[in-house]
Amino acid sequence: MQEIIRQLEEKREAARLGGGQRRIERQHAKGKLTARERIELFLDPDSFEEWDMFVEHRCNDFGMAEENVPGDGVVTGYGTVNGRLVFVFSQDFSVFGGSLSEAHAKKICKVMEHAVKVGAPLIGLNDSGGARIQEGVDALAGYADVFQLNVLASGVIPQISMIMGPCAGGAVYSPSMTDFIFMVKDTSYMFVTGPDVVKTVTHEEVTAEELGGAVTHTSRSGVADLAFENDVEALLMLRRFVNFLPASNREKPPVWPNEDPAGRVEISLDSLIPDDDNRPYDMKELILKVVDNGDFFEIQPDYAGNILVGFARMQGSTVGIVANQPLVLAGCLDIDSSKKAARFVRFCDAFNIPLITFVDVPGFLPGTSQEFGGIIKHGAKLLYAYAEATVPKVTLITRKAYGGAYDVMSSKHLRGDVNLAWPSAEIAVMGPKGAVEIIFRHDIGDHQKIEQRTAEYRAKFANPFVAGHRGFIDDVIMPHSTRKRICRSLAMLKDKKLENPWRKHGNIPL
Amino acid sequence: MFKKILIANRGEIACRVMKTARRMGIQTVAVYSDADRDALHVQLADEAVHIGAAPSSESYLVMERIIQACRESGAEAVHPGYGFLSENADFCEALEREGIRFIGPAPHAIVSMGDKIASKKLAAEAGVNTIPGFAGVIRDAEQAVAVAAEVGYPVMLKASAGGGGKGMRVAWNDVECREGFERATNEALSSFGDGRILIEKYIQQPRHIEIQVMADGFGNTIYLNERECSIQRRNQKVVEEAPSPFLDRSTRRAMGEQAVALASAVQYRSAGTVEFIVDADHNFYFLEMNTRLQVEHPVTEMTTGLDLVELMLRVAAGEKLPLTQADVRLDGWALECRVYAEDPFRNFLPSTGRLVRYRPPAGDESEIRVDTGVYEGGEVSIYYDPMIAKLITHGADRDQAIDRMRQALDEYYIHGVRHNIGFLNAVVAHPRFREGRITTGFIAEEYPDGFFPEHVPQEDPAKPVLVAAAVHRCYMDRAARISGQLPGHERIVHNDWVVLIDGQMHHLQVHPGEAGYRLEYQGRDYCLDTDWRSGQPLFHATIDGETVCFQVEREGLWYHLAYHGAEIRALVMTARAAELYALMPEKMAPDLSRFLLSPMPGLLVKVAVEPGQKVVAGEELAVVEAMKMENVLRAEQDAVVARVAAGPGESLTVDQVILEFE
Repeated sequence: MQEIIRQLEEKREAARLGGGQRRIERQHAKGKLTARERIELFLDPDSFEEWDMFVEHRCNDFGMAEENVPGDGVVTGYGTVNGRLVFVFSQDFSVFGGSLSEAHAKKICKVMEHAVKVGAPLIGLNDSGGARIQEGVDALAGYADVFQLNVLASGVIPQISMIMGPCAGGAVYSPSMTDFIFMVKDTSYMFVTGPDVVKTVTHEEVTAEELGGAVTHTSRSGVADLAFENDVEALLMLRRFVNFLPASNREKPPVWPNEDPAGRVEISLDSLIPDDDNRPYDMKELILKVVDNGDFFEIQPDYAGNILVGFARMQGSTVGIVANQPLVLAGCLDIDSSKKAARFVRFCDAFNIPLITFVDVPGFLPGTSQEFGGIIKHGAKLLYAYAEATVPKVTLITRKAYGGAYDVMSSKHLRGDVNLAWPSAEIAVMGPKGAVEIIFRHDIGDHQKIEQRTAEYRAKFANPFVAGHRGFIDDVIMPHSTRKRICRSLAMLKDKKLENPWRKHGNIPL
Repeated sequence: MFKKILIANRGEIACRVMKTARRMGIQTVAVYSDADRDALHVQLADEAVHIGAAPSSESYLVMERIIQACRESGAEAVHPGYGFLSENADFCEALEREGIRFIGPAPHAIVSMGDKIASKKLAAEAGVNTIPGFAGVIRDAEQAVAVAAEVGYPVMLKASAGGGGKGMRVAWNDVECREGFERATNEALSSFGDGRILIEKYIQQPRHIEIQVMADGFGNTIYLNERECSIQRRNQKVVEEAPSPFLDRSTRRAMGEQAVALASAVQYRSAGTVEFIVDADHNFYFLEMNTRLQVEHPVTEMTTGLDLVELMLRVAAGEKLPLTQADVRLDGWALECRVYAEDPFRNFLPSTGRLVRYRPPAGDESEIRVDTGVYEGGEVSIYYDPMIAKLITHGADRDQAIDRMRQALDEYYIHGVRHNIGFLNAVVAHPRFREGRITTGFIAEEYPDGFFPEHVPQEDPAKPVLVAAAVHRCYMDRAARISGQLPGHERIVHNDWVVLIDGQMHHLQVHPGEAGYRLEYQGRDYCLDTDWRSGQPLFHATIDGETVCFQVEREGLWYHLAYHGAEIRALVMTARAAELYALMPEKMAPDLSRFLLSPMPGLLVKVAVEPGQKVVAGEELAVVEAMKMENVLRAEQDAVVARVAAGPGESLTVDQVILEFE
């Protein structure tokens, strides 16, 4: 028996070395950690249960029969983050460049199936050169198997991709179907076709970093949600991120002990809205002063800054925040911000995370680039997402809520549960000046008359009370009591039950 | 006594005057400009009168507006505070004509002390020491040498028309005096077109020490001891104290008596300050007299137990001084720091904007006082002086006052605008300041290249390590109590941690204790007691019984700690994470972007810079209007403008180049 145990230990030792000491050093030299080091950092100490350590590929072509490394380029299993179960796979670049083979894909599929079955998040740490070319169509089949499972798991368990190396070609489509994509600056990139092909086809000269680096995808394409400085910071922040997420769509978001009083008054919010209508202010201040401990985990901070989305906690429990940001584009909705917020709203709805929406929106952004780009369809995504959402929805209008954008931003009409407004709210079809120029267009030129009409319109509509008369606003609240009022609303909505009619699935305007 | 007074000022001083008036049962009237509609002094007053547009030349400096406000409100008297109209004899007279009392001296005293040359003459006649020198213009080098011999070396040769150090020369002997005269004359000619040169005694290691006087107009004039205001930056006082660590009893008395003599000579009434320059040998010379309440008056109040505003009000109402010179006390020590909205790391560039967070320290009134004119959520306006508060501490002796000041500065929490809290903390912690070896050159000598928080010495480098570890442990312990953990496999937070500061890894053990943590670091045991809860900006604790307060901010994984003037970035990890962190490459600073791009489609309203202009980070570059909202584009880093690519009135597309930098 001793001998058998010794052999097992030896086998394990060999498997743990992956592609060998030299390749591990090469990985370190690139500023990257190995697949196992990454898992070790991400999970609670000693909590990792590794599966399929001894799996090997079955390819005999192109000399592959002689080259076999136990594990076949991916480390899989489960463990805990702060005691909570997560499934994880971590591609091992030191083994065949982390390339995806049939066996490699099977390992990933196994943890995905388990994650769905038991209802726990799946975290992929991607670092792969692509399909194992030697295997041909077997590798492609492997990709598709993963894609299929990504789709079946979507909305059932949270899926997160951390891109920590190359991710190119077909490989990008697994992360792209997960809920969040995070990247490591300078050492990761994602693209469908690389710089060489781009050059051949379109004669564009571009580096891998420019084409698909973390900065590109977090600020320009919007493909990725966050970028981190290095592997260690990325994985430790990933732990913090997981703390916000429920294990599956069958569970409520996690709760931790809250030390921030629900009734905390913030007098300074009474002066957040500037006297001048057209002066911007920082909506983030409102978020930070309302949520527990000012702890706001922002998603896509560098993309479509005219809308803010992210996770926070109220009384210790996760909420999703969506807020127009007057500092950028006056807080207008446009194509990018609609897509960004719509996806976030749908994630929250899928995973029972209540939504808090802070509204200061002067409308949709006008312009040919918007219309030609399809703002009609893209704006509709956010409308659809809010209308479809059945989680608790609390909305606060701080200032402007004009036109169609008012409807979109979690209004009463889209089944908003609690719709509040500050006294500074203006709920109208448009701003007073524009409205008067249409209603009284025959008076244009008569400065005095227009001014008088504008004042009339302002007095009538530039306030929350007309909406209040109709019950579209449940209450007008003092800004300083915002936290208390929202906390109480969420507590009231804790056991909200609302179901949409049965259907195969809705048809969101894609 | 008056029933109602108007305060012709704003900010902290208006608030401070109102406080005393309220205590005395006097109604207060505030005046305010457009920019101050929601200011604290307006909220504190019983009534408020709008007096014009934001620029002070259109509001706080317009006499007619203020007099009109008096008429409207029925105020019987005006307290001018400091600055604005406080030393304006015309204002004084205009009020008198209206039958409104000016809470300050009579116009003739303001006039005679307002003129530098006349006041010096008056002082000399009253027997006040003036800087030895030659009152006339020097003809030639030979006369310069003769005069210098009379005055005694070292002497200062300075341009009659001078200013800003131009045409100034110090001479230590006849040779230097001759040579200096020629040079100074030439420099003065080329700089001012006026070659006239004056000679006076050069004061070595000068200190700025001033005497507070108080007079009632019935011939009772007393001095309320001195204040030392040597800590100055470009002639702007930064830290003041009373008494001076430099004066002995006899010098204090001599200075006080001369100050009283000067005040009596002009039949002074109300509060006034006689400023002296004092050399290393305790010789003191008259500089000027300020005929108003000084910014730094609280240090006098804290050490004499008097309320100067109350005395001013009583005297103005025709009462006699309620005390004599013999009654004037000198209790303990008081220190004042001027808290400014300015960026010490960017050459003290004023900072304006919303005070997102503003929590001044609090404590026993006899130990700590904050004279503030702002509140959390208020604005620091571009139109006025960026001083937001004065922080005053008192102690039985100077060391105690300094210790309390450091603690109070550590607890002073400001967020949203840049501020000089760290700088103030570094100044009062400086060994030279501690020892009282200060001169008016202190800041220029000790921070010649500007102020850098990382250069502030830590008396105990262990403290930030311990605090960072405790803060992190607290966050980890909370996360470990999250719901939904696998039964029997719950998270266990280990005790081994590594704190990374400035590239240095510090290994330590953090054990939870009853009232905080027990830490093992570098072979020593520390007991850190705290009731800090995650998310709080101030980390109050005692480390082995010593009280500390760190400001803590979390940015991503990093903690930003501020303590005693130093700013520290710390990352706390497990030992294993630290081991792996060591493998991470050091990143180069990101490529400086050479262009200013329009972040949105819109109308370019304004370009605030020109080619060749140097800009500093945070400076306004251009304004783009979109959706009728003005967006101010600011410099992300210091740069020089190479080219302006778009002009005002131009409509911009996204990412269109507005400016190019060199």
